Amino acid sequence: MYRYDPYDRQLVAERVAQFRDQTRRYLEGRLTEDEFRALRLRNGLYQQRFAPMLRISVPYGLLESAQLRKMAHIVREYDKGYAHFTTRQNIQLNWPELPRVPDLLAELAEVQLHGIQACGNDTRNITCDYLAGVAADEWVDPRPYCELLRQFTALHPEFLWLPRKFKFGFSGARVDRAATRTNDVAVHVLARDDGAIGFRFFVGGGLGRQPMLGRVTNEFVPEEDLLIYAAAILRTFNRFGRRDNIHKARIKIVLKEWGYERFRAAIEDEYAKIRASGEGADLKLRPEDLERMRAHFTAPAYRPAAEVAADWSAAARREPRFAAWLKRNVRDHKVPGYRVVFVSLKAPGEPPGDCSAEQFAGLAEITARYSFGELRSTYDQNLVLADVAERDLYELWRELDRLALATPNIGLVTDLVCCPGLDFCSLANAGSIGVAREIFERFDSLEAQYEIGEIRITMSGCMNGCGHHSVGHIGILGVDKHGEEWYQVTLGGSAGHDAALGERTGRALARGEIADGVERLIRAYLEFRLDEDETFLECYRRVGLEPFKQRLYAADAAVAAAA
Amino acid sequence: MSRILKNRRLVEDDWRLIEDGAPVCAGEKIIVPLRRWREERSALLASAAAVGVLLPNTEDVEALWPEIADRPLIALQFPVFGDGRALSQAVVLRRRLGFGGELRALGDILRDQVFGLQRCGFDAIVPRADQDLEDCLRALAEFSVVYQPAADGLETVWQKRRSATPA
Repeated sequence: MYRYDPYDRQLVAERVAQFRDQTRRYLEGRLTEDEFRALRLRNGLYQQRFAPMLRISVPYGLLESAQLRKMAHIVREYDKGYAHFTTRQNIQLNWPELPRVPDLLAELAEVQLHGIQACGNDTRNITCDYLAGVAADEWVDPRPYCELLRQFTALHPEFLWLPRKFKFGFSGARVDRAATRTNDVAVHVLARDDGAIGFRFFVGGGLGRQPMLGRVTNEFVPEEDLLIYAAAILRTFNRFGRRDNIHKARIKIVLKEWGYERFRAAIEDEYAKIRASGEGADLKLRPEDLERMRAHFTAPAYRPAAEVAADWSAAARREPRFAAWLKRNVRDHKVPGYRVVFVSLKAPGEPPGDCSAEQFAGLAEITARYSFGELRSTYDQNLVLADVAERDLYELWRELDRLALATPNIGLVTDLVCCPGLDFCSLANAGSIGVAREIFERFDSLEAQYEIGEIRITMSGCMNGCGHHSVGHIGILGVDKHGEEWYQVTLGGSAGHDAALGERTGRALARGEIADGVERLIRAYLEFRLDEDETFLECYRRVGLEPFKQRLYAADAAVAAAA
Repeated sequence: MSRILKNRRLVEDDWRLIEDGAPVCAGEKIIVPLRRWREERSALLASAAAVGVLLPNTEDVEALWPEIADRPLIALQFPVFGDGRALSQAVVLRRRLGFGGELRALGDILRDQVFGLQRCGFDAIVPRADQDLEDCLRALAEFSVVYQPAADGLETVWQKRRSATPA
């Protein structure tokens, strides 16, 4: 994990001091609402329905024990005892008081956390494969490149006032576990046959209104040019992104309006020009820069398999709950004797992604004891202990279970992805947490969930798409119709290596219909599928929208026939 | 004359910005919009002591370069404080085209933005009229560490780390 050196610490400390001064000037009436808004957003502070929301960046989803312990303190001291993990692997506090935010940020800085560029029209927190470094299908560990880019984009003077928010997502593996192509820029780290490392860049992705997946602009940017290529994209966006209409301001609109060829040519042209100039010489990464950064992300001190391997099949036979957890929440690790363990933040009755002070404190201890002090947040709003010795699995399960963090539902129907919705967010048109709860209750029985198998239901309370509805197998979008909450359904979306945007089914469903509708879709799938191995997504891709649509709106057809 | 930030100091400004077609007094230093510069180039050069050019933030400075390369001053605009297009114009002028004259920032500029402007190569900054200039001057030193190489020549964190690592 990357550890701050004195320079990093100094920068964050100076940023906190700057924000303290800005807050003071605002409270004294010397900064207008609009001006302070733009400045506070660049420190992660957003105005929600009832209170400010503070978004804390979790760089590429990596957390360590001391940070979790600090979070336990923060949510007790500055909030109502819980926080929320987002689809960008960040943490949100829902109830901080503005005058205390500078102190809160100063406390976060003690454990190298901050809200720098967590909101606002700037480069946001970088997301990354949550199995980076431990995945068997990984070509290159993307984390050193994430950190290099994080530093490059942090308070970048040229790119702090962009037309709109700008997001990077990284993957270095065959399977895309970070929904990278839904970002403005996806960076896939590759190793060529001759051993040379480079990056495939996709540009122009984005959810929200007019969701799009990024297109390849360069198949192989050499390793040393990472920052040069990023600068070329950012400059192209800063110059040509639309500033006349907030809904058309993302880089995907430049791509759409210009067409792919012109868009790609503009980025490549800027890349060539920077590369040929003094700017390029300054930005070119040297072998020692890369070495220094890689040294932060070395593998932990794994012990020989003989010491850590364990067979839990007997215990699993005695305890079905443990067996269920082993089956759903534990995955293979590339190192023999170790496993990857998912910590589910989707417990019954809890808003997806929420984490309480007790859970943060418990996770701080668990992380230190069982996974070399590190924890990762995932794109699906769960957590991952990436390096657990097999012999610790039973004890770990007991501890997670005590904290209500062992719900065995990873990748299943109740592993819902969901934004805070109308309950918290001032942008939302409709509630999402309540709907999530209803769907959860419908399918709570494990037997039913196992029967249904792998499925991803994603839900956003508005067009902005924080719940990534457009890339859910079943996507649900909250819309406002004459002051009532309605829900638009999309099917067949995917955020993975086979990324696709979901197709709209037809009319929106009322609040009272939506859980029934989801249930009808799932029953239809169970009927249509060839066998248990065919997942919802595969089945949908085979049979298409029409049969699902008929089932979803079966009642409409009956009404029409009766009329 | 009003005071502006120039080369990290507060100085009296000896340039006059003429945004319309107002007449030029002989011997004064003026800044005129690109259009007027194009239309009245010889006349302006004949009467004024020096002529700077004001560019809209939508212009491609590389394409314009032959027309503006010899100007002693180029002024770039920030029509609203959230519009950062002129930041890229500034960096390209300084770092790619090697513009060595005065680069001036004009418009809706807040105290909280002057540090970044300076980094992008602006050596003259005219903050919005209501901003406290002394405070702006202090803000030019708000950060002592920077990650990115930019147009101000500050030693970056990466350069410091390189020199701390034995080769």
